[in-house]
Amino acid sequence: MEIINLEGTEDTPKILLDKGNGIFEISGRSLPEDSAEFYQPILDWITAYGEDSNPETLFTFKLEYFNTASSKLILDVLSALEDIDGVTIDWYFHEDDEDMEEAGEEFSELVEIPFEFKTY
Amino acid sequence: MKYIYDLHKTMLSRNLILVYEGEFTQEITKSVLAMAERNMDSMGEESSIKRKVFNVMVECLQNIVKHSDDFNPLSAKRNAAIFIIGKEDDRYVVTSGNPVDTEAKESLIERIDEINHLDKEGLKAKYKEIIKSNSLSNKGGAGLGFVDMARKSGQKLEYDFEDMGEGFHFFSLTTTILRL
Repeated sequence: MEIINLEGTEDTPKILLDKGNGIFEISGRSLPEDSAEFYQPILDWITAYGEDSNPETLFTFKLEYFNTASSKLILDVLSALEDIDGVTIDWYFHEDDEDMEEAGEEFSELVEIPFEFKTY
Repeated sequence: MKYIYDLHKTMLSRNLILVYEGEFTQEITKSVLAMAERNMDSMGEESSIKRKVFNVMVECLQNIVKHSDDFNPLSAKRNAAIFIIGKEDDRYVVTSGNPVDTEAKESLIERIDEINHLDKEGLKAKYKEIIKSNSLSNKGGAGLGFVDMARKSGQKLEYDFEDMGEGFHFFSLTTTILRL
């Protein structure tokens, strides 16, 4: 399966989706002008990955900031992952960032996937 | 050229650290955010406060970008809007102003009043309700901007509409972030 490896920018997150090495990560800042367009290839990749997924998938979110349009798409990413067996989410937040911690907790209440919360 | 001195005095007396007037695009949003971030960094602002201000600024700026096509089509400066950041000893004040038509005015009043009547838990429930049910609008908005601004700031959203004539109103929106 192809690897998605996007460098982060000031308004888009770093994305690394690598089935072979078992690395699945979205990190940095997410406030693109068109969040639906930005996340569509990622959603497509996850759907394709679900056809032949690894036995276990540890998906890491390490976001510094995301806007509300991105939050909708992050929920779409989580919903796509929900359909895949063996997925767990590592939700990282900066130790003094209560809002990012709470955002993760809210996402965990909206999907049936185990979340682990970690600080950085 | 006295207006320059007057503008300077107004900015000082109102504690405004950044004023942008003109067209709003994603590129300009990024520049304004970068300037405000550098400003807060140079003043040694706490990271938790910086994040909240950044958050409110993004929603505010992207709201303007998304809706700038709807501004007064009769005006040559139809994309013109204003964005202001003020800093006082105990707070940051993020303000935007842009023209809206009467239909948008009524819908804004209804939505903001509803949000202002919710407490912390009510806002959280509203956020979850919207994120679960809505798809993105044709402008790419999630309909969560005002709820998020109210949640992150922990304060009521203040607004005002000034009549501009020709069925348009100047919509000003102010969000306060306390520096506690």
